[in-house]
Amino acid sequence: MAVFLELLVNGISVGAVYALIALGFVVIFKATEVVNFTHASLLLAGGYAIAWLHPLIGFWAAVAAGIAAAALVGALVEFLILRRAHVGSRGVLAIVTIGVDILLTTELTRRIGTEVLALGDPWGDRVLRIGPVTVAETRVVALAVAAALIVAFLLAFKFTGWGVAMRATAEDAETAALMGVRLGRVSLSAWAVAGALAAVAAMFLCVFPTPGLDRGTAAAAMKAFPAAILGGLDSTTGALAGGLIVGVTETLMSGYQSELAFLGRGIGDAAPFLVMIVILLLRPSGLFGTKEPARV
Amino acid sequence: MSGEAGPGIGGPETVGPGTAAPGTVDPGIAAPGTVDQRSEGLDIRGLEVRYGPVRALRGVHLAVPRGAVAAVLGANGAGKTTLLRAVSGTLRFHRGAITSGTVAFGGSRLDGVPAAAVVRRGVVQVPEGRRVFARMTVAENLRAGALSVPGRRAAAARERVLELFPVLAERAHQRAGLLSGGEQQMLAIGRALMAGPSLLLLDEPTLGLAPLMAARIADTVRQINAQGTSVLLVEQNAAMALALAERAYVLEVGEVTLSGPAADLAASDEVRRRYLGVGVPETDRPVGTDPGPAHERPERTRLARWTA
Repeated sequence: MAVFLELLVNGISVGAVYALIALGFVVIFKATEVVNFTHASLLLAGGYAIAWLHPLIGFWAAVAAGIAAAALVGALVEFLILRRAHVGSRGVLAIVTIGVDILLTTELTRRIGTEVLALGDPWGDRVLRIGPVTVAETRVVALAVAAALIVAFLLAFKFTGWGVAMRATAEDAETAALMGVRLGRVSLSAWAVAGALAAVAAMFLCVFPTPGLDRGTAAAAMKAFPAAILGGLDSTTGALAGGLIVGVTETLMSGYQSELAFLGRGIGDAAPFLVMIVILLLRPSGLFGTKEPARV
Repeated sequence: MSGEAGPGIGGPETVGPGTAAPGTVDPGIAAPGTVDQRSEGLDIRGLEVRYGPVRALRGVHLAVPRGAVAAVLGANGAGKTTLLRAVSGTLRFHRGAITSGTVAFGGSRLDGVPAAAVVRRGVVQVPEGRRVFARMTVAENLRAGALSVPGRRAAAARERVLELFPVLAERAHQRAGLLSGGEQQMLAIGRALMAGPSLLLLDEPTLGLAPLMAARIADTVRQINAQGTSVLLVEQNAAMALALAERAYVLEVGEVTLSGPAADLAASDEVRRRYLGVGVPETDRPVGTDPGPAHERPERTRLARWTA
């Protein structure tokens, strides 16, 4: 039972981090109807900035700088590439983002090389013991920060002018423009916000029990993709639920791997995608989605 | 439908078309130069719009003086909506572009200006088919309309809109998609008024509405105009449009074929035949008036079953 609880808490914590990444996917999709495959490299850019800067300016300043850097990279991708790509189909734009992702990831992995870069976080490998359950401090912080960010984000989405503009654009861009909404700004801010959320996620994906940032970190970001899809690509609630489902599934499957040996090794990594397929078979628009994700 | 319980149901004070004395209707395009005194309002000159190879508007001249209501009549596909898109800066959403001519408002050019900037210059369009944000609440829709103005002005505009459409206050927290057609039209107009426009562009505001609701909308347009907002009204319901407007334009296949004071147009034989359907008593009736009990109405052509 203690093992199950530990795995569950860890799963929820990792899931909250995935939810942050998935939220970025969803925000960009809602604002621009583009499926953003550049997300993994935004995350890598944020993580790399933190790893590179923390010996120079300290951890917290490096985190702030990393968040700003990833937001800037996101905004630049939107401003320099997507805004200027006058193609009719959103599908083509999605392919463009794949190209941008390959470019950025290649450059970043070249810089990272074969090293594992520590982020210099203050939590180290300390653990918290609550009754029979032992959890890494980093996981508790990740859960708290992700939950706070998600709540703040959902409140902003619901109540601020930015959120209203974003939702209006998501529903009907032309009519939003007729109401004076500057679509370019909405799109730019969506990419910047997605980048910032990805950088926060990068920080939590690269601290204990993970040794640090390496060239494989971008692959972790791809786990947020099934989270966004199974939740419903245009639903913020769906991103949250999807993130938690993926996190918990992955952690439980990995944790009970010895009991599930007949499924082969590495089932934890594959499980989120299996869950995604099953959910899409039952609900083609995802759990909370309102549009067909098939428009990709 | 509680939306019909508000103030201003179209009354018999409405001037019906056909009652005006026959006057002179200037056919064709108003001579260049005659619109100078209107440069404060909307001034469209020689406008040509293309969607790729298709020419949707050809040499359109049109003016809406400040404080006036102008109507554009025409059949489906005549270019009415294109005309509004050219003013509101939304042609690019439909892969259209202004290829020659100018659109000016308040003395400054609007052609080439993006939609959001047109709104900031005081020109706001209510799109055809209402297009309320169905997944957002009524209050959020109104807020979306006020995104281009500072908070204090938005609060004042909101008060004015809720006074005009009390039903929107009752429905404030309902999803806009759940409103009736008439209520959605009120919301669409209210949402546009939130930006405090000097010129309101209305695209077929009565399309698909019950006659009583259409009359209600017509009356609202009159009230909005009385408060100082100019209106450019695009309508297929010619009787209503001519009753509301001071000046009217007839658009056919992308060209203005007739323009002049609305009363003169209403009296012209061509307009009466083609847009008012002369001979059908209902259309000669002033907008919003009750046709009376069925047994008192003049007898109409009897329906006959067609057999081969």
